[in-house]
Amino acid sequence: MKKEKIHCENLYLYYGNKMALNNISISIPEKKVTALIGPSGCGKSTFLRTLNRMNDLIDHVKIEGEVYIDDINIYDKNIDVVNLRKFIGMVFQKSNPFAKSIFENVAYGPKINGISHKSELEGIVETALKNAAIWDEVKDRLHDSALGLSGGQQQRLCIARTLAVNPEIILMDEPASALDPISTSKIEELIVELKKDYTIVIVTHNMQQAARISDQTAFFYMGELIEYDKTKKIFTNPDIKQTEDYITGRFG
Amino acid sequence: MITTTKRRDIKGAFLEGATLTSALLIIAIIVIILFVIIKGGKGTLNWDFITKFPENGMTEGGIFPAIYGTALLVIIMSIAAVPFGTITAIYLTEYAKENSLIAKTIRFAIRTLAVVPSIIFGLFGLGFFIQFVGVGMDKAFLGGALKWGQPNILWASLTMALLTLPVVIVSVEEALRTIPRDLREASLALGATKWQTIRKVVIPGSFSGIMTGTILAVSRGAGEVAPILFTGAAYYIAQLPHSLSDQFMVLGYHVYIMSTQSANVDKTLPIQFATTLVLLILTFSLNLTAIIIRYRIRRKAVR
Repeated sequence: MKKEKIHCENLYLYYGNKMALNNISISIPEKKVTALIGPSGCGKSTFLRTLNRMNDLIDHVKIEGEVYIDDINIYDKNIDVVNLRKFIGMVFQKSNPFAKSIFENVAYGPKINGISHKSELEGIVETALKNAAIWDEVKDRLHDSALGLSGGQQQRLCIARTLAVNPEIILMDEPASALDPISTSKIEELIVELKKDYTIVIVTHNMQQAARISDQTAFFYMGELIEYDKTKKIFTNPDIKQTEDYITGRFG
Repeated sequence: MITTTKRRDIKGAFLEGATLTSALLIIAIIVIILFVIIKGGKGTLNWDFITKFPENGMTEGGIFPAIYGTALLVIIMSIAAVPFGTITAIYLTEYAKENSLIAKTIRFAIRTLAVVPSIIFGLFGLGFFIQFVGVGMDKAFLGGALKWGQPNILWASLTMALLTLPVVIVSVEEALRTIPRDLREASLALGATKWQTIRKVVIPGSFSGIMTGTILAVSRGAGEVAPILFTGAAYYIAQLPHSLSDQFMVLGYHVYIMSTQSANVDKTLPIQFATTLVLLILTFSLNLTAIIIRYRIRRKAVR
């Protein structure tokens, strides 16, 4: 296995009194795609959001345990969460471009990081849009509203927006679940392309998608990590019966 | 046993008729009010009327100083109420925890403020702004000379700002809540701070809501008289206010004066109607603008 990028140890998360993550320990390799699968409410999205401390924003959430990124515990009290999130991009289930132009959407991250020079911003925006495989579709209308794009284009724009901040890890929360098959396959191609440079963790409901694009797969059920292994192994010969039942569609 | 529905039909028809009648009554009332005012005022309302000063002990001439005073009042009021109200709304939607004691207390205070009779605001303005702040300022800076310790347009505007504050807060809050959580999270996930997110995503997205709140506040303020009775409105002054410490004339108060205090109430009747008409047109058009903007926001929120 390649170098590990993210490492969780005995991670628990509670919403009020309700336990949502139960003793999760996992090592996620660098520059690979790791898929999180499981039925709705199993904790996979919650787990994803612990990795960039997005759960901090929700009232009454209590987290125990450790999450190491490059051997630094991101739940250490001295961690600057705002800065942390610059290293860990996130793409959401529903595409959520700002009500701004295509250019301004991608330039948003660099701008808050203090880049204001026009030609520098233009360079960053162009590179990010190219890396998100949407440049050719939008290069002639960069200053049109992002809300005029199709759903699939909006989602790739959101990926470009994330890339523009130059993260090391990209978290994706069912990024293609609201898209048609053609847009979905574009996103999948893009993910495979992006793993050359980024560590990707993706939550998906789509078993075939997990099988197609991921290197590692983690199966969550009822807040527990049931099984975690190479995708090939999980989908052909899982060790645990629950995993097999889920993958073959017998429940979930 | 199978029965006919005749009895029920009659009862149903009666109820439908009764509800329809009371609904139509509302329309009738509005139509009558508008009809009376327009009929009484249209002969007097012309360009001279809205651009000239009153003449002959206010039995002739125009109402320009009252229009000017009303405009100035709502402008100063907005400068005070809109930023204050917006900041409060931002605190409530973005920072305060939904069910925390402080949020509940603030909401309770806003609701209470909204139902306080407007004359109480007038008394509060007199006691607080004039007697306390104004007199205090005179003592501290002017050696007791009377300048700020008496009714003027500043104190009247601030009193009015307090009255309209709940309207501003509620409208802005509603607008801020139409910004989906997703967008805030997208911004935060890019490494933006909470304040950057508010400033660059939330406020621009709810700008039209802030406008709606402002307009509603202005239209409420433009029609109110009670809060400014003790705090700055004048019976008649020969010149326009040119300093914050001047008194001013205002449309609503002008109607009251013309119909109760005028030297010749009968002679001023057309002026009363025309002044009322101007006030109505002003508040109607402001409200209409607010409704249109709000409708657009709601449509956007549904999408």
